[in-house]
Amino acid sequence: MYPSRFGYESPKTVEEAVALLDAHGGEAKVLAGGQSLVPMMRLRFAAPEMIVDINGIEDLHYNRVEADGTVRIGALCRHEELEDNPAIAKAIPTIAAAAPLVADPIVRTRGTFVGSVCHADPQGDWAATMTALGGHIVAQGPKGKRDIPIAEFVIGPFQNTLAFNEIAVEAVIPAPKGVRVGNYLKLERRVGDFATASVAVTIDMQGDTVAYAGIALAGVGGRTINANEAASALVGKKLTAENIASVAAAVAAVAEPRTDHRGSADYKRQIVKTFVERILTGLLNTSQKAA
Amino acid sequence: MALDEIKIGGLGASRRRVEDNRFIRGKGNYVDDIVLPGMLHMELLRSPVAHARIKSIDVSKAYDIPGVRLVLTGEMMAARNLAWMPTLSYDTQAVLATDKVRFQGQEVAAVIADDPYIAKDACQAIVVEYEQLPVIVNPFQAMESGSEVIRDDKENQPGNKVFDWEIGDKAATDKAFAEADVISKMELHYPRSHPSPMETCGSIADFNRATGKLTVYMTSQAPHIVRAAVAMVAELPEHMIRIVSPDLGGGFGNKVPIYPGYVISILASILTEVPVKWIEDKTGNLISTGFGRDVYLQGEMALRKDGKMLGMRMKTISDHGAFYADAQPSKFKIGLMHSAFAAYDLPAAHLESVGYYTNKAPGGVAYRCSFRVTEAMFFQERMVHAAANDLGMDQAEFRRINLVKDDMFPYRTAFGFLTDSGQYGKCLDIGMKAIGYDTYKAEQAEARSRGKLLGIGISTMTEPLGAGNSREYDILGIKMFDSAELRVHMTGKAILRTGAMNQGQGHQTTWAQIVAHELGIPADDVTVEEGDTDTAPFGMGTYASRSTPVAGAAVAMVARKIRAKARKIAAHLLEVSEEDIEWELGRFYVRSNKERGVTIQDCALAAYSNMPDGMEPGLENNAYYDPPNLTWPFAAYFVKVEVDAETGVWDVLKVVAVDDCGVRINPMVVEGQIMGGLTEAYAMASMQYQTYDDEGNCIGSNYMDYLLPTAWETPGFELHEVVTPCPHHPIGAKGVGECATVAGPAAFVNAVVDALGHLGVRNIDMPMMPNRVYEALTTGKDISGMPPVKMGD
Ligand SMILES: Cc1cc2nc3c(=O)[nH]c(=O)nc-3n(C[C@H](O)[C@H](O)[C@H](O)COP(=O)(O)OP(=O)(O)OC[C@H]3O[C@@H](n4cnc5c(N)ncnc54)[C@H](O)[C@@H]3O)c2cc1C
Repeated sequence: MYPSRFGYESPKTVEEAVALLDAHGGEAKVLAGGQSLVPMMRLRFAAPEMIVDINGIEDLHYNRVEADGTVRIGALCRHEELEDNPAIAKAIPTIAAAAPLVADPIVRTRGTFVGSVCHADPQGDWAATMTALGGHIVAQGPKGKRDIPIAEFVIGPFQNTLAFNEIAVEAVIPAPKGVRVGNYLKLERRVGDFATASVAVTIDMQGDTVAYAGIALAGVGGRTINANEAASALVGKKLTAENIASVAAAVAAVAEPRTDHRGSADYKRQIVKTFVERILTGLLNTSQKAA
Repeated sequence: MALDEIKIGGLGASRRRVEDNRFIRGKGNYVDDIVLPGMLHMELLRSPVAHARIKSIDVSKAYDIPGVRLVLTGEMMAARNLAWMPTLSYDTQAVLATDKVRFQGQEVAAVIADDPYIAKDACQAIVVEYEQLPVIVNPFQAMESGSEVIRDDKENQPGNKVFDWEIGDKAATDKAFAEADVISKMELHYPRSHPSPMETCGSIADFNRATGKLTVYMTSQAPHIVRAAVAMVAELPEHMIRIVSPDLGGGFGNKVPIYPGYVISILASILTEVPVKWIEDKTGNLISTGFGRDVYLQGEMALRKDGKMLGMRMKTISDHGAFYADAQPSKFKIGLMHSAFAAYDLPAAHLESVGYYTNKAPGGVAYRCSFRVTEAMFFQERMVHAAANDLGMDQAEFRRINLVKDDMFPYRTAFGFLTDSGQYGKCLDIGMKAIGYDTYKAEQAEARSRGKLLGIGISTMTEPLGAGNSREYDILGIKMFDSAELRVHMTGKAILRTGAMNQGQGHQTTWAQIVAHELGIPADDVTVEEGDTDTAPFGMGTYASRSTPVAGAAVAMVARKIRAKARKIAAHLLEVSEEDIEWELGRFYVRSNKERGVTIQDCALAAYSNMPDGMEPGLENNAYYDPPNLTWPFAAYFVKVEVDAETGVWDVLKVVAVDDCGVRINPMVVEGQIMGGLTEAYAMASMQYQTYDDEGNCIGSNYMDYLLPTAWETPGFELHEVVTPCPHHPIGAKGVGECATVAGPAAFVNAVVDALGHLGVRNIDMPMMPNRVYEALTTGKDISGMPPVKMGD
């Protein structure tokens, strides 16, 4: 790999890292897992003057479920650490389902959840998952911390709303309103491929009634597709075959797929619809079995 | 007592691969591992566009970068008569573009610098002004009258046609069609793919002004051919050129041609008088080096009602990219395409082939195949599948009726090949049993009633491996024989060198086993060396499954020469006449007294210490082997799939492979080759293809877009073995390295098409991406051609 020449710093605290970003006025880039940034540097699509490697900031390396059910994922939590993680699986089934589908096992040992959300790839799995979950990102800059709701954070393809001198230090997913269930389905051409189409669904159930429903899509638009409005039709209702069918159709309608060598726009919409149906039907079946 | 052949690692021993020890420890020695003192680094600037006139090249900014030593352009190459070089198919290829660029990724300039980072920076600093020309990305555009002539550099070039060629008996074929009850048709595209070896191409050229010697370490599957070519192109005397192929990280045909990068690095070393290293990056490898396939195939089969094949008409339209650089025997313009249907008793056949230039990378290499045999067999098995359906006959039964029977050998095929051995029916039976063919029809019907789509695909074929015989097979006039040289040291250990070139096939392991079989010297006592033209005997290299059929035969033959000399020594040691000596593995003994004997090691020592009067000392020899015929392995593959009707995703439920490659030298290595080939077959069927958009941009220039399956997707394989020894090969072996890549893809496609057969689907072209399968199953229509690459709704 022969990238352009760049400077490299490895700060030990967030404050130092922020100061470095500030000092380079937009010409510096944060390096987390490097699984998106490094390939771009290899292709020389990105040629940052300065790399601020945050991997030495041990404080950012965590994921935890708090007593009230709030989940906090630090900036150095790797994809791999969300896989086979019983606490996460219980708290946020959608994350547990998506984790083994992100990239490949090698990439998962390095890539970070927060880095992936920052990267805001329209085909990225975590930006879609976060969008469905509806949490926020904690950003830290020279003036301290601020919370950015996910819907205001990922605003376009490869675009987030961090200032040049801010670091995303944590992703926060709110406690569920009831029992949280969910799933993630992804159509990919092979392991390590980005999504042709993928669907993140998260539901909070109170008894057999839906208290919260979030759905977001990857791969079927020029940006992460927020289908939470379509999903919200389920709130206050029971999961039934009819409700499922109408939500699946509504979600497929908000997808913005384009025809390319992975398939026609119609095909991708069909996949979205099928996946929403399969996930919700699966959730319905398990809740009936549990009852 | 004779030695236990398996214990000494002889024929039939599943001996562990000798080369793996260094590879898994990271101790391999690849071109990029070699560091020479004072070495400079070369990087190529490639064309971003597919077709354009070069208006100007400004290299001045590149020279402003500290550490840049030399920048080469086409003009500078032309001044030395090196702007163009000959290809292996009697065409020419640009080394560095002078007038025009003709495909995306074509070499435009080269920077030689202190390190590769600087070289890359300097490439970015070169300013090239292009005037874009109309782009041609398929043969149909190329053949349109009035379309832009790509090779206007050539005199007398008729439009974009490369060749027009035919073979077979047209009159007999026409007659067969006149008598047919049923005529069945098939039309398909075998998409372009790239062999994509793990290691890219590269070279280190080291010209020593003081000695006049040029040493080139390079990634070549055929180092001796390179030496000959360099001698002709660079006008250096052949004895002053040494080509060394060290460990190769895969080849698959991709490392047979001679690439511009090699030639430029040689000139750069001559000019700078220091070694120059060039290591291609992955993108460069994928977009500019030898590809495979890219052929449109059409045909029709004449049939009798009872299922007997009567005749076959075939036509191919092939896309060769900007330069006709196919690596194949020179006599045949579209490789051994006419080996199609060799397994079937087909009375008459005719093939017409037309090749075209397009604005795509040149190549047409034999990607894990014996020169277009992959396309031939794929078409054959898709045609057979369609014909059986058109007749309303069972797939297996139709094959059984038409396959050449055991008692028909030697059998002359309709296109003139001579197949010599096989038990096709037996292979078919074994495969049918293993896949559960008996109960399958009922199972399929039951599954359909539950909305599940099950399918079984069969592919049966024999293919011509081991070019050549020198009467018919040559490359640029050089006959396709091969060679081995064996030297037994005084302690009975030995070194063997051949003209083949290992790149993953396990020659170091298996050649030693042939020596063990012939001489009784344990395989562990034999060093195998290949790839250095100063030490290895001349050979045509490794591709087209030719190593075992040709070089492997030479190994057996040279060992027999050694044994003949050792016999004389044994007679001398045992004080009897040579006629009274018998041989058993590892030992000569006196016929009348089996106890009295000497080992091969005793003879080796005597060759240096106690030879008979008048005998030349030493125990070494060489053999050049010109095979009397090709070898004809047989393969019967069965694939069972289930298609998800809502998504088009297909899962492989079972793969059964029955291979008859004659005598197996090392069964484990053979199985490894078959599994690797089946993986590539699955890859072709499911995802691995290279395509271009309308502007000639290569989609598939990196491994996120050019898809290779991982261990995760790749199905498991159940392997079965049948052994029909090759009648003319010294140890009865046939080629096998490519059977599965060749016959495998059709089994996968036939399975998916079978699953969808009741919906009216006759064909889905590869790759069978889920969206394409979904479209076929929802519309009942065939899916033809490459996936569209134009973006937008
Ligand atoms: C072969 C391969 C396959 C892949 N497949 C998938 C896939 O299927 N699905 C998928 O979702 N992803 C996939 N990825 C991407 C992978 O998940 C990345 O890990 C992820 O997109 C980025 O996370 P990272 O930690 O590696 O970020 P980096 O590459 O280090 O950074 C990415 C970008 O985000 C910025 N950034 C990172 N962290 C922060 C932070 N804390 N604060 C501010 N800015 C930050 C960086 O400056 C950079 O611009 C794949 C990657 C590879 C190499």
